[in-house]
Amino acid sequence: MIGRAWWIPWLWLAPTLALLGVFLVYPSVDTIRRSFLDARSQEFVGLDNYEFIVDNPTPLAADTHAALLNNMLWLTVFTAVCVGLGLVMAVMTARVRYEAAAKAAIFVPMAISFVAVSVIWRFMYEIDADVGTVNAIFSELGKDPVAWLINTDAPQKPFVDVPPNDAPAPFQVNNFALIAVGVWNWTGFTLVILSAGLKSIPDDVMEAARVDGAGEWQIFRRITLPMMSPTIVVVTTTLVIQTLKTFDLVWVMTGGRFKTDVVATLFFKEAFLFRDFGVGAALAVVLMLFVVPIMLISIRRFQMQEEIR
Amino acid sequence: MATQRLSALPPGRLRNALRKTLGRLPLHFVILGTCLLWSIPTVALLVSSFRDPTAIASSGWWNALFDPAQWTLTNYDNVLSARGMSDAFVNSLIISIPSTAFVILVAAFAAYAFAWMNFPFRNPIFLIVVALLVVPLQMTLIPILRLYSEVTIEGSIPIIGGNVFGIGSYPGLWLAHTAYGLPFAIFLLRNFFGALPRDLFESAHLDGASDLTVFFKIVLPLSIPAIAALAIFQFLWVWQDLLVALVLLGDPNLAPMTLQITNLVNSFGSNYQVLTAAAFLSMIVPLLIFFALQRYFVQGILAGSVKG
Repeated sequence: MIGRAWWIPWLWLAPTLALLGVFLVYPSVDTIRRSFLDARSQEFVGLDNYEFIVDNPTPLAADTHAALLNNMLWLTVFTAVCVGLGLVMAVMTARVRYEAAAKAAIFVPMAISFVAVSVIWRFMYEIDADVGTVNAIFSELGKDPVAWLINTDAPQKPFVDVPPNDAPAPFQVNNFALIAVGVWNWTGFTLVILSAGLKSIPDDVMEAARVDGAGEWQIFRRITLPMMSPTIVVVTTTLVIQTLKTFDLVWVMTGGRFKTDVVATLFFKEAFLFRDFGVGAALAVVLMLFVVPIMLISIRRFQMQEEIR
Repeated sequence: MATQRLSALPPGRLRNALRKTLGRLPLHFVILGTCLLWSIPTVALLVSSFRDPTAIASSGWWNALFDPAQWTLTNYDNVLSARGMSDAFVNSLIISIPSTAFVILVAAFAAYAFAWMNFPFRNPIFLIVVALLVVPLQMTLIPILRLYSEVTIEGSIPIIGGNVFGIGSYPGLWLAHTAYGLPFAIFLLRNFFGALPRDLFESAHLDGASDLTVFFKIVLPLSIPAIAALAIFQFLWVWQDLLVALVLLGDPNLAPMTLQITNLVNSFGSNYQVLTAAAFLSMIVPLLIFFALQRYFVQGILAGSVKG
């Protein structure tokens, strides 16, 4: 490191700190404050709002337990599938001539807005096998059509609401159907960033390994994977955090009905529909608390990286 | 030509070449299969956007492939002739381009400081920035709206229009989008910058290069793949944003395409054929950006410069 006046780094950071302070830190602090106040942010109520989340007194209107469990499901399944698939495709497409076209095909869903994504997938999942693509394939295979987004034993009509059944929320088929849409939508993200990371591995390292007689699998495990690990960590962390915030997709597809609520949709309902700012704010704080373990992992990785440099 | 070359090879090499090609078949199979699977929903959307409204609701999109009588341009005609659609297109560009440029510049400065400068609380500050990724956008809108209502500067900016600052202004929206994009951008760039070889910086500093020179002449050119990826995603997120524009702009004359399409859907009811056509129109620019920037993900940028 070279000698610099003490204020030089702060000058480089100034625009960032100012923008983040106004647009993200101040609203967050304000939210933490409101999570200890009542529905209209006037009286101090202690931990009442957090007790509401733990006790789940209104499971029919706002099922906090289902939302938390669903978020865990998104966190694990969605992240693992997106990163795994993105990595496999990044490595595979790098070895064919039509790499650009293949990556483009997987990236296209990223360019579709959430409103359009909801329309397209409600058609894909349509219960009527004459209209819905997925159920058309199912009926070709000789199976009964499935109401992918609703999941109940009650008789169904297309796009009609029916009350939820008693299955435990995270294992309902509709949550997996939503996650499938998310994977379709987001794999382009992991693919493009992981591919950029793959490209920044110097060619000569790979060449040297090949000259030394390393097999493709060995090269992948011993060179590609370790050298891409910073990028993989970035992508995984971003996705984990993105899943904590999952909102648009669930909101436009099911509106959180049929036990598909996640914490962010429940927050939106509490704050803007039920007008209970206290519970809404407490839910947002719970979301922020989820990041603490991710931060701890990041700190450890940081210290290790600093030792290497 | 390929067969000519193959036949010119000795028989043993021919067998090897053949085995290599056959061995690569599963690779092609998996890639093409995934691409096909990923394309079906988009193709369904595209085909539906050209179908007759009554046909969409009554039969599967694949029927249209065998029945040309269902094909029509009415849906696109309806969308394009809807009032304000071309203005909304321009508005979307006015919002997205500066928001993307600001994020890249501001984040690159910060990422350079986090990666290659020493200062107190460097890692805690960086971790707070990463933690801010999790703040739900919806949560910030009410405090920001309250803040903006006090600092709004009325008036009209030449050419692009809107207030000078605050509610109903493009600069106000640019700042908000930049701030929302910063945590991810800094996180991504800091990791790429941090992975650059240390020798590069030491030799540059020994040659008497200033931080600015190192930043613009070494760090930015070497990080083009990461910056291109960042530019694509930031542009996409701003282009697709509905919520922030809805809350902070207010004025329908300033509205981007997403807002205009939503209004269209509301006024056409649940007529999905209008939405499918509108969705395709709104996809064109993001896809162009993607194809334009994709060529920057070229192999060996880093290797070349370290060697040279």
